[in-house]
Amino acid sequence: MAKPPRLLIRTFARYTERTAFERPLTSGVAYAVRVLHSEREQFEKQQGWTIKRMDTLEQNPVHKDDYNPDLLEPSPIQEEYAPVIFAQDIVSHVVSLDMLSGQEDSKNVLCARKSGKGVLTAPFRLLKTNRLGVILTFAVYKRDLPLNATPTERIQATDGYLGGVFDIESLVEKLLQQLASKQTILVNVLDTTNQSYPISMYGSNASNDGLEHVSLLNFGDPFRKHEMRCRFKQKPPWPWLGITTSIGILVIALLVGHIFHATVNRLAKVEDDCHKMMELKKQAEAADVAKSQFLATVSHEIRTPMNGVLGMLHMLMDTDLDVTQLDYVRTAQASGKALVALINEVLDQAKIKSGKLELEEVQFDLRAILDDVLSLFSGKSQDKGVEVVQLAVYISDQVPQMLIGDPGRFRQIIINLMGNSIKFTEKGHILVTVHLVEEVIDSIEVETESSSENTLSGFPVADRRQSWKGFRTFSQEGSINPFSHSISLIVSVEDTGEGIPLEAQSRVFTPFMQVDPSISRTHGGTGIGLSISKCLVNLMKGEIGFVSIPKIGSTFTFTAVFTSGSSSSKKYKSQQINKMSNSVSSEFYGMRALVMDPRPVRAKVSKYQIRRLGIHVEVVSQWKQGLSSIRRGSNAINMVIIEQEVWDKYLNNSTLFFDTLEKIDYGTPPKVFLLSNSISSSGANISTGVCNMTVIPKPWRASMLAAALQRTMGVGNKGNPCNGQLPSLSLRNLLLGRKILIVDDNNVNLKVAAGALKKYGADVVSATRGIEAIELLTPPHQFDACFMDIQMPEMDGFEATRRIRDMEHNINNRIHHGELSVEAYNNVSNWHVSILAMTADVIQATHEECLRCGMDGYVSKPFEAEQLYREVSRFFQ
Amino acid sequence: MDLAALKTQLKNFVQSMFEEGVLDNQFSQIQALQDSTNPNFVEEVITLFCNDAERIINEINRNLGYQNVDFSNLDSYVHQLKGSSSSIGANRLKLACANLRQASDERNKEGCLQAVQLITCEYCLLRRKFQALLHRGVLLSLRPTKNE
Repeated sequence: MAKPPRLLIRTFARYTERTAFERPLTSGVAYAVRVLHSEREQFEKQQGWTIKRMDTLEQNPVHKDDYNPDLLEPSPIQEEYAPVIFAQDIVSHVVSLDMLSGQEDSKNVLCARKSGKGVLTAPFRLLKTNRLGVILTFAVYKRDLPLNATPTERIQATDGYLGGVFDIESLVEKLLQQLASKQTILVNVLDTTNQSYPISMYGSNASNDGLEHVSLLNFGDPFRKHEMRCRFKQKPPWPWLGITTSIGILVIALLVGHIFHATVNRLAKVEDDCHKMMELKKQAEAADVAKSQFLATVSHEIRTPMNGVLGMLHMLMDTDLDVTQLDYVRTAQASGKALVALINEVLDQAKIKSGKLELEEVQFDLRAILDDVLSLFSGKSQDKGVEVVQLAVYISDQVPQMLIGDPGRFRQIIINLMGNSIKFTEKGHILVTVHLVEEVIDSIEVETESSSENTLSGFPVADRRQSWKGFRTFSQEGSINPFSHSISLIVSVEDTGEGIPLEAQSRVFTPFMQVDPSISRTHGGTGIGLSISKCLVNLMKGEIGFVSIPKIGSTFTFTAVFTSGSSSSKKYKSQQINKMSNSVSSEFYGMRALVMDPRPVRAKVSKYQIRRLGIHVEVVSQWKQGLSSIRRGSNAINMVIIEQEVWDKYLNNSTLFFDTLEKIDYGTPPKVFLLSNSISSSGANISTGVCNMTVIPKPWRASMLAAALQRTMGVGNKGNPCNGQLPSLSLRNLLLGRKILIVDDNNVNLKVAAGALKKYGADVVSATRGIEAIELLTPPHQFDACFMDIQMPEMDGFEATRRIRDMEHNINNRIHHGELSVEAYNNVSNWHVSILAMTADVIQATHEECLRCGMDGYVSKPFEAEQLYREVSRFFQ
Repeated sequence: MDLAALKTQLKNFVQSMFEEGVLDNQFSQIQALQDSTNPNFVEEVITLFCNDAERIINEINRNLGYQNVDFSNLDSYVHQLKGSSSSIGANRLKLACANLRQASDERNKEGCLQAVQLITCEYCLLRRKFQALLHRGVLLSLRPTKNE
């Protein structure tokens, strides 16, 4: 083979240079020729240089600037060589290097000529540039070889080797510039022919964490494997929106959870508290009941020794005492009595609280009870001082005569309210009015009369309509009268007292609460009364309320439900009351009276009392009008009743009035009565001038009026002289003509009692033994009442009464069943004689004992007129 | 002696009895019960009382004479006498009865005897006074008829 001419070398270099753009990935191309050792000498001569070895270079890589091919050692003697003869300019430094002397290159060359295909070297440092590169080597054969040529044949036919140098770094960079911005993607190219020690061919040696895309690279060499690993240069950015959204949702969820939790907690807490409250409430209620029971027990236990104390005090008073001692004892006794009264009230309260108090169901006369209460207070109202407090009662006509209910408790309420009024009223009046609830409802809008002038005494009052404002009865009108026989009453007690301070009004009904502590010192009392009244009113299915204006007055109003007495009276034991009032009214029935009174309310009260006697009433406001009415004379007027106010203003010391009366020429002239506010003043002032005028002291009571009428008009028996004492006078009215049995084993007592009763006009029969009394009181008999001593030998008063009641009950039953004829029993079908105990023992316990065995009341021995009157008036009116 | 003087004397005499404590207010009540319809009431009551009291005092003495005193029986007598005294207003006699009652309750025979002594004393005093009173009263009641 001839030495290639210079031109050829130049031509190769120029050609490859020019066509370099066609091989953008190769950095240089070179051609090495196969030279056998036998041909070396000739070849070296021909070329003008020796074949150099390159393995030393490989072992001691030099900097490219220092590279000098002349310094390289000549290749050692080998079987064959593959020196580079042609090279592109850029790699011209490899000319004359023996490819077979380089480790990688020789492997490559051998492999390439054996396989006849392109073979890649493992990456290695390139000579001179010292950069990482691979060399793709193709074998050039002298002739065309068949595809199935054996490797030996291929070696034989080999002429030379064409090698292309791939500078991997620039290769990949060039590639990536076309792919994408290499700023963002980091590429590593690895030779992974040896799996466990991949050789990095390109790219930084950064740790390969994070996302990586691995793809295989095929450079056309089946023996080598290359991988390209791509990843983002920067770490993937945080997904801020997602993060914030999820954090937001998390926070909201937490908040909602918290709220829910808190709510549940709160609910549980409230529920827990509620349970606790219930528990506490139960405890409090139990404590309240226990307290009531304790009070009841203790009160009862106190009462027993108190009876002893009172008894002994009573006895002590009977001993020889000087004035001071007597005073002390009296004080002690008064205190003792007050204490017993208080204890009774506390017992009442306790009974009501524990629900043990039951109301009676008996027939009673409401009017009689109010008369009774009025008389009880009349004395007190007189004692008040210079100015007189007027007491008055008005009961509407629509209220039935007889009611069924508990008269005692009703009385207690009235007494309580009136008692309070009396305590706090110094002047003016106290007015009790009783209406049916229906009446009041009808008039509730119509009535507009509350001018201060139009009251009983002329003093302004608290508007009573305000006191029932809150009542339920009025708000639900339909349910007023659910049963045909039930009667709802509304009772008002109106006074012109000092009123209740506004700040104290809220606790008026609280037990033991008085306006302020000083009250109890000035007025006495415990402050339990109103609370008991409230309870009693509740028991009567009613309500209580009040209105009070300080310095003007208070009005208490309560409602109570009763049954009409007329309907089924036989079932109830009736208190024999109406006998007297019937007899009284019959005497005056049909008479006519003229009332002169400018004040409508007062006139109304007068009218009510007079009408109870069956007398027709005409009211005139001016006396002149009255006179003309008398003169007209179409209806003969039997009596003229003049209010003291009218008398004092117009008629006193004037003869005109009486002259006019005298002149009336028909019949008997009317009798003239003066209604005076108090007994004391009346006697002094009026009786002076005129003789034929009778003074009727207030407060009004039908019985007193009747008595006065009887006296002056000559109806009935002759009466006492004018100035008779009030109680004895009334007693006389009550007891006149009564047949009364007195039972006492003590002759002296008997005599005295009989004397007392006879004095009041009673027809008295005496008995000394219980047995005798039973015989006398066996129906039919004529007795109206019986006074019975309790302590008697053989048979005491209780036993006798019990037997009499049994007997009466027996006979009543037999009459009802028709076994006995009513005619044989004086036409009385319901025998019940009033029996009153006579006792020196005035203490409550005995009183209860009396009632228990069927007695109707008791009087203390020796007889005392006022007390006798009070008891007797309950039965004979 | 004229009527007014007699009346005053009678009044004074009763007043002195009140002051001595022999009688109390109850007696004036009894006096008040005497009127035209019942002119001899006071005398009747006094007579009745005296008869009763003497009988009872005798009974009490008899009872206390027994070896074994029946105190309950004694009690009932004392109760009667006390009731009578109370009714007529014989204050001191009533107190004496209370003494006896107490002694009887204590089953104290000695005390009872002492109390009976006191009762007898008081009763005698009272009877003397009543007699004087009645005497004057009779004079008083007779006087108007004589005048007529």
